Amino acid sequence: MDLGPSMAVTVEAIEDQAPAGAGRKKLGAGAWLAIGWIVGLGVLAVIAPWIGVPDPTETFPEYARSGPSAAHWLGNDGLGRDLAARIIYGTRASYIVGFGAVAFGLLIGGFLGLVVGFFRGRVDAIITPLMTVLLAIPQFVLALALVTVLATPQRAGETINPSVRLGVVVLGLGLVSIPILGRITRATTMAWSEREFVLAARAMGAKQFRIMFREVLPNVVPAMLSIALLGVGIAIVAEGGLALFGAGVQLPTPSWGNIIATDKDQLARSPHIILITSMVIFLTVMALNYLGDVVVERFDVRESVL
Amino acid sequence: MSAPHVVDGPAPTGLPGAGPLLEVRDVRTQFSSPRGKVRAVDGVSFTLDRGKTLGIVGESGSGKSVLSRSIMGLLPGNAERTGQILFEGRDVSDLDPEARRALWGPEMAMVFQDPMTALNPVLKVGRQITESLRLHLDMDKAEARETAVELLRAVRIPEPESRINAYPHEMSGGMRQRVVIAVALACGPKLLFADEPTTALDVTVQAQVLDLLAEQQRQRYMAMILVTHDLGVVAGRADDIAVMYAGRVVEKAPTRTLFSGMRMPYTEALLSAIPKLADPSHTRLNAIGGRPPDLVNPPAGCAFAPRCPYAKERCHQEQPVLTETAPGSGHFFACHYPVGSPENAEVADQLEAKRLMSIAPPPPPLLQGEGPEGGEV
Repeated sequence: MDLGPSMAVTVEAIEDQAPAGAGRKKLGAGAWLAIGWIVGLGVLAVIAPWIGVPDPTETFPEYARSGPSAAHWLGNDGLGRDLAARIIYGTRASYIVGFGAVAFGLLIGGFLGLVVGFFRGRVDAIITPLMTVLLAIPQFVLALALVTVLATPQRAGETINPSVRLGVVVLGLGLVSIPILGRITRATTMAWSEREFVLAARAMGAKQFRIMFREVLPNVVPAMLSIALLGVGIAIVAEGGLALFGAGVQLPTPSWGNIIATDKDQLARSPHIILITSMVIFLTVMALNYLGDVVVERFDVRESVL
Repeated sequence: MSAPHVVDGPAPTGLPGAGPLLEVRDVRTQFSSPRGKVRAVDGVSFTLDRGKTLGIVGESGSGKSVLSRSIMGLLPGNAERTGQILFEGRDVSDLDPEARRALWGPEMAMVFQDPMTALNPVLKVGRQITESLRLHLDMDKAEARETAVELLRAVRIPEPESRINAYPHEMSGGMRQRVVIAVALACGPKLLFADEPTTALDVTVQAQVLDLLAEQQRQRYMAMILVTHDLGVVAGRADDIAVMYAGRVVEKAPTRTLFSGMRMPYTEALLSAIPKLADPSHTRLNAIGGRPPDLVNPPAGCAFAPRCPYAKERCHQEQPVLTETAPGSGHFFACHYPVGSPENAEVADQLEAKRLMSIAPPPPPLLQGEGPEGGEV
């Protein structure tokens, strides 16, 4: 039966709403591209040893500082190591730093923000000023100081376990992200805790912690996720900054930051080293930021309807 | 205590027993504000029997919502409450949080005003119903789900089996309010607070929701406190009506008595503010002049005196106490010169004349060519 165009639109509109849970928006090409880039790099980094990626520490002196070639697709660094291999293996350290630091910050900062935003009162009066103080110290200096004190050889001959160093970098950047993530979680939690459904849950006899975790937290998660994705990008870039001060991931383990830091002097002679690595960082951070926006947009619908 | 029977069934939840279900004695609730103490509820007492409905009527800021929340114990941190609340003869006014949580749900529950905000937008409606079932009644997952479907069916939600998996934003306002009611009814409360349950809804949906509440109340033998600013909402549905003004009950009577023989000028003013179908179109509405008093510095004497057409010197100085018209009548009012008393006759006549003027047909235009007699011949 031909319904005519206006009828068809109506039917479509009804079908659009009708099935429970089916009316989800599509993600869009940009989001898939961003997810593909981030996940693809991660997968590549994990399976690198089995797909013929050269050892990132192996030097090819004859290729030192040379640009892209058939044998070495992205060229070689100052010592002749394969740049593609270093970037791919560097993804491991950079991802661990980026996601690890934010996960750490989110776990502690997010929890504190949730508790403080939900209960307010005395806990708020104690914890929030502490976070503000932490926020007042220059973030980068704080992270740098932590790494320098905790994981830098203090005497000649002393060596630091590379994974301890990596852990301290994660810890330093994570600590710095606590107040940022905490404050955003607190503000969002406060707004949601005012809603009537929180009172309704209380009126049905739910315990405070139950309300906090099961009623408020699911509403706060989108905001936390969005800012966390931005945070991952910031942490990856910050590791690069630490590397320039010699406080990043320890060589010879590659990270995007120390690839740039090691060959910063080669910028005039063979700019491809820094340009290509920077491009990878740039694309990754952009993908993360874009995904952050997608998260906000996707969950925004609900609020406008309610 | 045996688990209340949840779904409509043979055993109603609030069986008749000795004594009233709820007794409220001199409840006062104050909020501390930068300007001073706000006396939101100022000495309210009443009793409510099982299965009965008390309508609480008043304009915005009269303390009606705060009263219901004071009784339930759902007040914000800056509130201070005194007075006694006896639920089934037990003093529940100063329970610790743990005991209070046990009370909320199976004993008393609340239907909130705005279904748009009273449901959690990120949880499926089914979960919002089953949560309290599993918590209070120790049901397992399947049992709770089945009960939730039955509850949704009881509140007349079509296709409850699939709707249980819907999110609040996939439902209309009326349906959401039904879900809110289902959530409140889930544990079979003996006392239901309905805090302006229909204010946010369309008029057509209002009647459906109110009928639904009345039906559920009958089936469960549940007492209800229906808070509203709309006398029309409580007219056919409440057994008793309490009119509140400035945090006090100013008149309380069985519904029929209140409408036929109100004594308090405020009630009269509220009733005359309702447009009547019999009035010709374009009749001016009888608004109550002025505004409710400042609850930080309430006026001396009767709080309604500044707006009362009958107010005399005494009303501004001496606060009237709630007195019963005749012993045992159940009709209480707080007024020095109640409606119909001889002191008011003159003012009442003036008001009546004004009302007649307002509904009188407009005078015929002057200098009409034909007189009325000539035209008819």
